[in-house]
Amino acid sequence: MIRLPLVLFFSAALFSTGVYGVLARRNAVLVLMSIELMLNAVNVNLVAFSQFWHDVTGQVFALFVIAVAAAEVGIGLAIVILIYRNRETINVDEVNLLKW
Amino acid sequence: MSATGIGPGFTRLAWVVAVLPLVSAALTLFFGKRTPGRGWIYGVTAVGAGFVLSLLVLWHFVQGGGATSSSVSWFTIGPLHVEAGQFVDGLTAIMLIVVTGISLAVHVYSIGYMQGDVRFTWFYVVLSVFTAAMLDVVIADNLIQLLVGWEVMGLCSYLLIGHWWEERINSNAAIKAFITTRIGDVPFMFGIFVLIAATGFHSASIQQVGELVGGADVSRGLVSVAALLLFGGTIGKSAQFPLHVWLPDAMQGPTPVSALIHAATMVAAGVYLVGRLYSVFLHAAPEVLRFVGVIGGITMFGAALLALVQDDIKRVLAYSTVSQLAYMVTAMSVGPPGRDAAFFHLFTHAFFKALLFLGAGCLIHAVHSNNMSEMGGLWRRMPVTFWTFAFGSAALAGVPPLAGFWSKDELLVAASKGHAVVFTLMLVTALVTAFYTTRMVMQTFFGPYRGHGEPHEAPAVMTGPLVALAFGTITVGFLGAAVTGGVFFKWVFFEAPEPVTFVLWVVTLSILAAGLGILAGWYVYRDQPEPDPAFQLGWLSSLLVNKFYLDEVYMHGIVLPVRDRASAAVVWFDRNVIDGVVNGTARLTKDLALGTDVFDRTVVDGAVNGVAQTAGFTGGLLRYLQSGNVQRYAAFLFVGVLVLAIVITRV
Repeated sequence: MIRLPLVLFFSAALFSTGVYGVLARRNAVLVLMSIELMLNAVNVNLVAFSQFWHDVTGQVFALFVIAVAAAEVGIGLAIVILIYRNRETINVDEVNLLKW
Repeated sequence: MSATGIGPGFTRLAWVVAVLPLVSAALTLFFGKRTPGRGWIYGVTAVGAGFVLSLLVLWHFVQGGGATSSSVSWFTIGPLHVEAGQFVDGLTAIMLIVVTGISLAVHVYSIGYMQGDVRFTWFYVVLSVFTAAMLDVVIADNLIQLLVGWEVMGLCSYLLIGHWWEERINSNAAIKAFITTRIGDVPFMFGIFVLIAATGFHSASIQQVGELVGGADVSRGLVSVAALLLFGGTIGKSAQFPLHVWLPDAMQGPTPVSALIHAATMVAAGVYLVGRLYSVFLHAAPEVLRFVGVIGGITMFGAALLALVQDDIKRVLAYSTVSQLAYMVTAMSVGPPGRDAAFFHLFTHAFFKALLFLGAGCLIHAVHSNNMSEMGGLWRRMPVTFWTFAFGSAALAGVPPLAGFWSKDELLVAASKGHAVVFTLMLVTALVTAFYTTRMVMQTFFGPYRGHGEPHEAPAVMTGPLVALAFGTITVGFLGAAVTGGVFFKWVFFEAPEPVTFVLWVVTLSILAAGLGILAGWYVYRDQPEPDPAFQLGWLSSLLVNKFYLDEVYMHGIVLPVRDRASAAVVWFDRNVIDGVVNGTARLTKDLALGTDVFDRTVVDGAVNGVAQTAGFTGGLLRYLQSGNVQRYAAFLFVGVLVLAIVITRV
């Protein structure tokens, strides 16, 4: 039986890696992958607390998150492909469209 | 309330008679032009209903009922509490019948006479308002309410005399009538105030004031002043010398108006007032009644003489009206029997004078001229007008047994008891009256026709009222005649009726005077002499034709001096005060505008521009946040989550 703080520590490290990836990486595909890291850090937390409280709700929730993450990645990669086709680049610094 | 045990009956509803024409006036004003007859329907209906109600009110007094009164609180000034309401006695009932009866006849007659008039609807509005005002005067139980009706009548008289104001002469006549009566109305108003003050501010009620003036602590001098001032109102409204000059000019108005206002009702209000406030005159110094008699005597005889030389048929009737009203005023001066007789004459005179005026209206309608020199020989062409007019003239001349004979007889009987001068003057005036009446009839109906066109009898809507009034002229005299026991006086003065006496020598003299006047008139005018002998009397004729030069005296002695000085004062006032005010206002406006300009530029513009600049500056700072860089947005988000997490965990 792995102890709960250990798992939480691992989860936090995973999440921090994800945040770093999202903020620092210039490649849009890597940014998407970093978001997956953060989502999976949350999944680890959910499963760990589910085990700790002997309550299956957290595991069910984690399954839902996995499903949503799959859909999200599908849409995200589609957007990246479209940006690439339009701009010949997937460098997020050059894609500054989110302003008015 | 009722002293004889008979219930109040319809007397409670006397005020409705006065309100009905007011309602019809409002209806005519707002909806009159949409009705088929262009507005007469409301007035005729309302006044007709009022006439029926008046008959029911009189029935109470025929049965021997007593006076009734009812009132509501109106206003309070200091110690004086004034109530508005009605006081109904036999005299009120008789006056209600006279006013509504004549008004009904005139309302119906005007359908024909005013047909096609430009202001037909408006004419009916004012006619109805006038009727309401006169009825208010009749039923008023207090002096203030009476004054209101009195003034509204004056206004309506003004509006109706000037009904055809497009012609200068008509509007001038209206202004003259209004201002001349006003000269009498101002003393009248102050008379009311003095009377209320003299009786100690207890009441404005006519009945109570009438009782209070006899009190021991009431100053006789003040009462005398009040009586004189009140009589000023009578001089103005009833066209007595020296303010009679407006009435002949008032004939510029439509003829039905002359019949209703300037013969039968409004001008009688002055006489009615003296009779209503008779105890004030009785308790005043005896000189006051003597003054009343002198004024009445001068007017009575002078106006009768003036009627001799008029060519305008309406002016003959106007001077005749002045003269007949003066009969009543003179009779008032001989004491209570004279007052009773005066009211009887007022009652009968209303019928035959309205009849004469409406008949004259038919003549004018037919020949399109007021001048008797353009009439003549009309008795064959207009038989109904002729016969009714003849009855009216005979009544005016005092031919028995018509209404005028009986009432004139009562006047003479009242004057015969110790008032030799008044009696003689009345007798002489009766003779002159008979003479000018005969002259009028001879010149209009006999001899050759001297006018233009082919005159025709008036339509039935005009002759109908004539026949009705002729019926009244024949019958109403018997109400006060000795042969029927003088029931009129029992209804009107139930408290102490003077027994009606038949004095043979008075009657003989009266018939003699009338007969002599008619005979002389027939003799002089039997061959339609040209020129009219009335104008062939040298200086006397010129004196009469110029109306005793009174108009000239007023014009050069009062109107022009006052007008010239007043206009100079007005010019000065205009140059200095009005112009000063206007220029001052302009300068003030300009200065204010300059101040506003500065304020506008600095404060208002400053505020607006300041807001814009602030917004621009803030926007300039905030635009650096919105870079479009997704990762920078994510960093903001992350920092925000961190801050939230710290805050939440701290709490």
